[in-house]
Amino acid sequence: MAERCAIVGIGQTHHTARRDDVSIAGLVREAATRALDDAGLDWPDVDAVVIGKAPDMFEGVMMPELYLADALGAVGKPMLRVHTAGSVGGSTAIVAASLVQAGIHERVLTVAFEKQSESNAMWALTVKTPLQSAVVAGAGGYFAPLVRGYMRRSGAPDDTGIRVAVKDRANALKNPYAHIRDPNLTFDAIAGSPMLWDPIRFHETCPSSDGACAMVLTSERAIPKPKLAPAWIHATAMRSEPTQFAGQEKINPVSGRMCAKDVYSKAGIANPRKQIDVAEIYVPFSWFEPMWMENLGFAEEGQGWKMTYEGATALGGDMPVNCSGGVLSSNPIGASGMLRFAEAAMQVRGQAGEHQVDGARIALGHAYGGGSQFFSMWIVGSAKP
Amino acid sequence: MRDVAIVSFAQAPNRRRELRNEVEILMPVVQEAVARSGIERPFDFTCSGSSDFLQGQPFAFVIALDAAGAWPPIPESHVEMDGAWALYEAWVKIQSGQAETALVYAFGKSSPGDLPEVLATQLDPYVLAPLWPDAVSLAALQARAWMEKTGATARDLAAIAVRSRRDAKSNPNATVSGDAEIEKLLAAPAIADPLRAHDCPPVCDGAAAIVLAAGERARKACARPAWIRGIDHRIEPHSLGARDLSVSVSTQLAGEKAGAGRGAVDVAELHAPFTHQEAILREALGLGEGVRVNPSGGALCANPMMTAGLIRIGEAASRIMDGSARRAVAHATSGPCLQQNLVCVLEGA
Repeated sequence: MAERCAIVGIGQTHHTARRDDVSIAGLVREAATRALDDAGLDWPDVDAVVIGKAPDMFEGVMMPELYLADALGAVGKPMLRVHTAGSVGGSTAIVAASLVQAGIHERVLTVAFEKQSESNAMWALTVKTPLQSAVVAGAGGYFAPLVRGYMRRSGAPDDTGIRVAVKDRANALKNPYAHIRDPNLTFDAIAGSPMLWDPIRFHETCPSSDGACAMVLTSERAIPKPKLAPAWIHATAMRSEPTQFAGQEKINPVSGRMCAKDVYSKAGIANPRKQIDVAEIYVPFSWFEPMWMENLGFAEEGQGWKMTYEGATALGGDMPVNCSGGVLSSNPIGASGMLRFAEAAMQVRGQAGEHQVDGARIALGHAYGGGSQFFSMWIVGSAKP
Repeated sequence: MRDVAIVSFAQAPNRRRELRNEVEILMPVVQEAVARSGIERPFDFTCSGSSDFLQGQPFAFVIALDAAGAWPPIPESHVEMDGAWALYEAWVKIQSGQAETALVYAFGKSSPGDLPEVLATQLDPYVLAPLWPDAVSLAALQARAWMEKTGATARDLAAIAVRSRRDAKSNPNATVSGDAEIEKLLAAPAIADPLRAHDCPPVCDGAAAIVLAAGERARKACARPAWIRGIDHRIEPHSLGARDLSVSVSTQLAGEKAGAGRGAVDVAELHAPFTHQEAILREALGLGEGVRVNPSGGALCANPMMTAGLIRIGEAASRIMDGSARRAVAHATSGPCLQQNLVCVLEGA
């Protein structure tokens, strides 16, 4: 049977549009050093490194883990590179956890990053290759019709997305690492921002960020002398489905529902809204909050927007979502999923500072990628599973 | 550790210029591996290896899901590495008790691009890649370092090519095969001194798939499963100046951790795209003269990127499954000049 796995160290960079002061290696090392410091461990203590990032074209470096081996202290050790599209930050943490759960390693460093300023993600997402259909619209153009479909189906008020953005941008003011920390982003400012991909406005969109996130995962017997109690992994799950096929449900994807069901069942969660204290979910465009609330089973189909509208997902609501400001406030793409997983762990460790949910004991970390087709999730808790 | 075995393996013919797209290459391969295993879908876990830079498009692996069969949705992951590391991730998942069966696949279509130059983008982007050193030239530096250390000659390297091509005659999937004459090979000019054409792998397109199963599931799926008795991988510094290119310390370490030396080795499949690398790897793994190395012809005769490492594991497993070997060692490599290496030890019982 699987070994228990604990999260004993968490680190991230101050996410921002351009980190011209550091190389890619400097960026990942910054997050990794913070995670090791948080754990009270040093580089030689690490048995293996698992690194993840979104497409290599985002920096223009093929398989950058090869070049990053030195910076991450991986020399002489096993190093794995995960890439599962936008869900990669979550999947990477899950691969790292499985190394501990399998009893293969005692202490694993896991890192995810994106240094978007090195290239142009919008371009990289839009490459036209022969014999294949190209999106030619970036992520926003791909997802806007899905949002429109959700609005039509649910009858959600037009300003639901604005309300999500108001909340997440206010939360980001409480997170010193967030990229977008602007006190002027009021309801009116967001509503008045340019329409990029109707119905998605500029301020309802995630930024392009340089940033990294790292965690140290250990077995139960290898937990270092704690500065802070660890978070425990209660369950992990992943699901994938093909990009497109006839009859596919794109707005409330089956893969997401299956993944949630799997992770809840492994964690013994029958009623997610009651049993989960806080959730960090991957919301790159504001409307995905109500969409994922339904997909994750926090609300009945067509009712997710009410949670936003009634303030349930606010810090202080009954189901706080993205207290860190979420992907809307910081989006180093490859790291965005791991940030969700890490923020969930920070909440149950009580180390989330100003955006801490009082008494959080069980938290959900969620990431998705591709055309709403790759999902990774974990449930972490303050108590041993 | 749980008993986990390879129960089936399939690969595409490795062609210099494959006209089918990646999904079309992969689909029959996956179907063949799955059918041979007799295991019904869905697999508990699926993992693949590939690289976006070969296709020149982000999310190259996403389309490949169509070949894997992901409906209803499946638990699935992907490494931006050779498929040998995807097999490692799947093996870990089974070890953790979260899966009993797994499908692993890999694919690479290098023919549309200029592969040696594409691989230059693997290098340190600030100090090395801007110089565009191509992959063959870097391998030549390593070959020179090895020859100077050991006193080996171009003739010694050519002998490796001659043997590999002869062995590849019985491999219908090989890109290059035949009875080469050593004098003729040596008469050819160097591509990147000291490497001649025969010292380098053909650029080709390919795909491969392997099915893994634990314990009883493996015994049911296969008369003679290839049990994974050890598997480990290690990485070295990236900078060529920071390591001794004439040896492979990461292969040696991975071999020790995987237990390669804990018994007699009948067959070894080494992922050595260049002739001199076979010699370096043999030494790192302590393989004596009695070990049959690369009976498939090896990566010198078919080197589909992101796939050739998984093929080495598949070929070694095939020797176990067909009863011709009792114990086999498979090796995969990644990065410039053998930077990262994986060793897998397989046994018939």
